[in-house]
Amino acid sequence: MRYSEKVMEHFKNPRNVGEIKDADGIGHVGNPVCGDIMELYIKVKDNVIVDAKFKTFGCGAAVATSSMVTELVKGKTVDEALTLSNKAVAEALGGLPQIKMHCSMLAEEALKSAIDDYLKKKPAKIGEARRKK
Amino acid sequence: MTRIYLDHNATTPTHPEVVKAMLPYYEKIYGNASSIHQFGQEARKAVDEAREKVASFIGAKPEEIVFTSGGTEADNFAIKGVAYKNEKKGRDPLNRACSGSGHIITSSIEHHAVLNPCKYLEEKGFKVTYLPVNEYGVVNLADINKAIISETILITIMHANNEVGTIEPIEEIGKMAKEKGIIFHTDAVQSVGKLKVNAGELNVDLLSLSGHKIYGPKGIGALYIRKGTKIEPLILGGHHERNKRAGTENVPGIVGFGRAIEIASQDMQKENKKIVNLRDKLWNGLRQKIDSIQLNGHPEKRTPNTLNVSFKFIEGESIILNLDLQGVAVSSGSACTSGLLESSHVLKAMGVDPATAQGSVRFSLGRDNTEEDIDYVLQVLPDIVSRLREMSPLYRKN
Repeated sequence: MRYSEKVMEHFKNPRNVGEIKDADGIGHVGNPVCGDIMELYIKVKDNVIVDAKFKTFGCGAAVATSSMVTELVKGKTVDEALTLSNKAVAEALGGLPQIKMHCSMLAEEALKSAIDDYLKKKPAKIGEARRKK
Repeated sequence: MTRIYLDHNATTPTHPEVVKAMLPYYEKIYGNASSIHQFGQEARKAVDEAREKVASFIGAKPEEIVFTSGGTEADNFAIKGVAYKNEKKGRDPLNRACSGSGHIITSSIEHHAVLNPCKYLEEKGFKVTYLPVNEYGVVNLADINKAIISETILITIMHANNEVGTIEPIEEIGKMAKEKGIIFHTDAVQSVGKLKVNAGELNVDLLSLSGHKIYGPKGIGALYIRKGTKIEPLILGGHHERNKRAGTENVPGIVGFGRAIEIASQDMQKENKKIVNLRDKLWNGLRQKIDSIQLNGHPEKRTPNTLNVSFKFIEGESIILNLDLQGVAVSSGSACTSGLLESSHVLKAMGVDPATAQGSVRFSLGRDNTEEDIDYVLQVLPDIVSRLREMSPLYRKN
């Protein structure tokens, strides 16, 4: 098993580490038994994700995918962000070893969970987002 | 760039003296040890000498040593070989269809080279008991006694654990097995070269050894088979190794193994003293510099070179990748490094909670490590740990 240069680069210098105090949505996925826990925070303004931060307990792939997903969603509308797949995150990282693909699933789930949380907190937005989906 | 190797339980560098001893057997003395001509006889002589060295190291007779391709083959040979040869024990001869095919007792912390042959035999109809261990990874003699039934054909318990270094009470288990007339195997791959290993004193019938864990070459190991032990060969072919293991002898490997074990017997005590000091220096330094860490394994009864530490709130692969970036090679019992997506079965059996098991790192020292190596690790590791903890969602909550 070998990580791509891009994965190692994100692992060494992860982007957007931390929490957003007044986050509009928080996603919390994973458990220590499976190996990874991810927390993803998003700040949304006019239906656009203006900031994203993460905290991750996990392996190199988990850290790198967390970092990449926060990079990829910034500036995207909520609806665009919902279409972001784990494959796209892995591809943006120059690929992941086969046995680490589940880590990219976790990043996708963390993002979806954060958006769900945002939509729950903003009932008015639900209809709007759902219609566009 | 700094390069510090602290993963000697995985493999060791080949000792220069070992390489030197092996080279002629590639270049000049390349004969087949089974051949009658001079080329063959020179090779035969070297194999016999190496066999004597290995035998004398564990207090055995040369004819009780069978060379194998390594520790894994030795374990497979011991377990499957005994199972196939003795499967009728305890079986009702009049009721062949209903009775069991034999019972094996092992522990839940064995190396996969033991666990997987046991699982394989279970699928073939054998019964296997996987004994629990205590918080330090030690099996309980009373549990073994309780597990023994009339069909028990084999007890296989490792001498020292590869992940945490804990030493098992082999002598006592062997005594019990002997009294009950049950064949007893120990995987001594991690103890040979680190602890005194004497087949007679340990009361074992079978004992697995490996070359590359003791500064010898990879691809060579041996199984000690006490004279009279009922076992079937695994590999069939020519009449090599007294009909116990067919295949042209790996002469350079055998020579290297012999030389490595000779060096171990000369240097072990001196090296151990140095290594145990370095290991304890590392543990004491870590304890001083990093909070929320825990030692996994027995505090005293463990191999002198092994230190398994859990760094709470963070994950092992992230630690080893960061250490690797700083030139330090270690390993981890985290799920992510196992290739199985399951954290260490050893730590699990010891009752270590999953998150703490995920944060485990194994430092296994060797003869070339220095004070400076340990100082360097103590210099770089605290920063790695605090950086990963900053990133961890588990840390904040505590």
